[in-house]
Amino acid sequence: MAQGWLQVAVFLAVLVALTRPLGAYMARVFSGRRVFLSPVLEPAERLTYRALRVDPSEEHDWRAYAKSVILFSVFSWVALYLILRTQGVQPFNPEGFHSAPWDVSFNTASSFVSNTNWQYYGGEATLSYLAQMAGLTVQNFVTPAVGICVLLAFIRGIAGRTGAGLGNFWQDLTRSLYYVLLPLSILVGLILVSQGVVQTLGGASVAKTVQGAEQALAFGPAASQVAIKQLGTNGGGFFNVNSAMPFENPTQLTNFVELLAIILIPAALTYTYGRMVGRQREGWAIFAAMLAIYIALIAVIIPAEQHGTPAQHAAGTPTTAVSGSTGGNLEGKEQRNGITDSALWATTTTVTSSGSVNSAHESYTGLGGAVPMAGLATSEVVFGGVGTGLYSMLLFVLLAVFIGGLMVGRTPEYLGKKIQAREIKLISLGVLFTPLAALATAGLAIATEAGKRSIFQNGPQGLSETLYAYLSQANNNGSAFAGYTGFVQPNAPGNHSAYGISFADLLGGATMTLARFIPIILVLAVAGSLATKKVAPAGPGTMRTDTPTFTVLLVGVVILLGALTFFPALLLGPIVQSLTTRLF
Amino acid sequence: MRRTALTALLAVLAFTLIFGLAYPLAMTGVSQLLFPGRADGSKVTVGGRLVGSKLIAQGFRGTGYFHPRPSQSEYAADTTYFSNLGPNSVEGRESVRGNLRTYLALNKPYDRELTRDGVPVDAITTSGSGVDPEISEANAAIQAHRVAVVRKLPLVEVEELVSEHTSGRFLGIFGEPGVNVLQLNLALDEEAPLR
Repeated sequence: MAQGWLQVAVFLAVLVALTRPLGAYMARVFSGRRVFLSPVLEPAERLTYRALRVDPSEEHDWRAYAKSVILFSVFSWVALYLILRTQGVQPFNPEGFHSAPWDVSFNTASSFVSNTNWQYYGGEATLSYLAQMAGLTVQNFVTPAVGICVLLAFIRGIAGRTGAGLGNFWQDLTRSLYYVLLPLSILVGLILVSQGVVQTLGGASVAKTVQGAEQALAFGPAASQVAIKQLGTNGGGFFNVNSAMPFENPTQLTNFVELLAIILIPAALTYTYGRMVGRQREGWAIFAAMLAIYIALIAVIIPAEQHGTPAQHAAGTPTTAVSGSTGGNLEGKEQRNGITDSALWATTTTVTSSGSVNSAHESYTGLGGAVPMAGLATSEVVFGGVGTGLYSMLLFVLLAVFIGGLMVGRTPEYLGKKIQAREIKLISLGVLFTPLAALATAGLAIATEAGKRSIFQNGPQGLSETLYAYLSQANNNGSAFAGYTGFVQPNAPGNHSAYGISFADLLGGATMTLARFIPIILVLAVAGSLATKKVAPAGPGTMRTDTPTFTVLLVGVVILLGALTFFPALLLGPIVQSLTTRLF
Repeated sequence: MRRTALTALLAVLAFTLIFGLAYPLAMTGVSQLLFPGRADGSKVTVGGRLVGSKLIAQGFRGTGYFHPRPSQSEYAADTTYFSNLGPNSVEGRESVRGNLRTYLALNKPYDRELTRDGVPVDAITTSGSGVDPEISEANAAIQAHRVAVVRKLPLVEVEELVSEHTSGRFLGIFGEPGVNVLQLNLALDEEAPLR
């Protein structure tokens, strides 16, 4: 155990240490200042603007910004859907996979355009290399970039001193992609290949094993996709078992790099935020609130997994650590990751909106499985998605300012801007939409026969699967209690006579899309509303938002909302399972 | 509206070309140049025959080889899936119970002191991938008794081979040590082939 806590401590220290340099770098990029990559990237940037026929100096108000986001996403959706539906006749398809069914394609296109990367399909057994590259990898890049764009617009709304302009979407998009996501992906991708993550266009090979059996090995251009999958809080695996697959995450080193990549950009953006509003302490106050919740969840999940499951105990099998073995619940976990690195990953991937997994969340203990669900229930504001996490958290910040303002009897102000009725209405909608969508869809799916077809395990686990599925999709996370299915593939590998479970595919797809874009529109509306407000000078009665007191208030608001909304549902699923030794 | 739509369409096309084709293909080229074996799946060949990948577990039967962790997928490396057994599931109990019985039946005759309390947890649970290439050091230490007897090798020699094929923690801190089963078995075949 001591070894486990040491890993956590060092990991967190590395994260904190990298937050500042990367955050400062991004602040320079998004403020249009020169960075060390500028000599190479500036010409590419200029060329891109010319090709897209945009004038980057043109400022967008919130409506124009939102319109660009939506139109870009609509075209992205259509392009991805068409690629999935026609992969059977496209090149880069060495296994000759058929095109995907319509309902699964609807789900997958919605999933990747909303940065969810929920997967009803199994990558290596279903998709051509072209679909993985030109379809999925592209969305892996552009959706976190869109998240950053919306965040930047929001920051400019808060910090703005010069009217309605929130920046230029196409410029923000291009810069996020070229200066942040692409260089980091190249770096991470090459590290991964150096350790054994596959990166080839060659098709599967059939090996004749040592004892003469046949073993088909699936390959593909995985590393390039896995790098951005991790960095962009995307999470859709190249292989079905995601980063549990050795070809996607082969060593202790790659696991560390991939884990760090999940949370690095969301963490660094808090520093970028402090820099861009000109008050570094504001960024750290938010960072501290995120870190506190993150650590609390880690402190629960690791002992829970170390304890083992009722199924293990009922079988009379040992779960205590012995010399040379971790002990604990290793069902669905890889030996090289053990308990700690699996549990740490499960927490990291669900507080952020990544959804990439290196172990089977469905096989976690009751309490251990409640932790990822709690991460989802915080609405992905504990670091959260790239961009999305911080703009969602800023809604909570404004809410906390409002509540704090009411408590001390002052008009709530944030960074000198008054928070008034219009903003609070928009903020409340933005904060409540996702939890309500999760509960309503999970309720619908558990109450209908069509919804129950997707369930794999009996008893409270069936409810947990359903609840997890819609929590994950509504929060644009993408991890799963993976027994829950929306795609039946009797002849895997290959899509021959495969079909989707339309109810799950369509309900999930619609949930992911709405829960991505409705909050985005609301956030931009708040930004537009704040942008034109006059700045009131801070006085002695101004509530400070860069103090530990405010951090505690912010943590309280996040937990209160998440707990009140989801506690009854969690009680019926994972908490029941952690309180009973009964088997189902 | 129309101008924005045109830009959006052009952006999807441009970024598809850059991030969907140029980037993955360039990464493939560079990877093939810098890390040819690893980018291609760390294939293992014996006498020109492809026997598998060092990163992917394959099934081993009988007493003469180290066994990898149990697999929910028969060690399929082209259709991977989780067992998805829940913590309170009857199938989960039966799965570990069965694996425990198999493990004891296989190893107990060669290691009299082995009790079920001494069986390491990785030996009786299925991994995430179903093709976990590694087993724990404790698991390898138990199986070493059996392999040494069957292969008529001194135990220390087998233990030495085990430690040669053990990967450590990253920086001595991250992850768990593991023993690569395929490479260990191939080394054994070289050292003391089964007749």
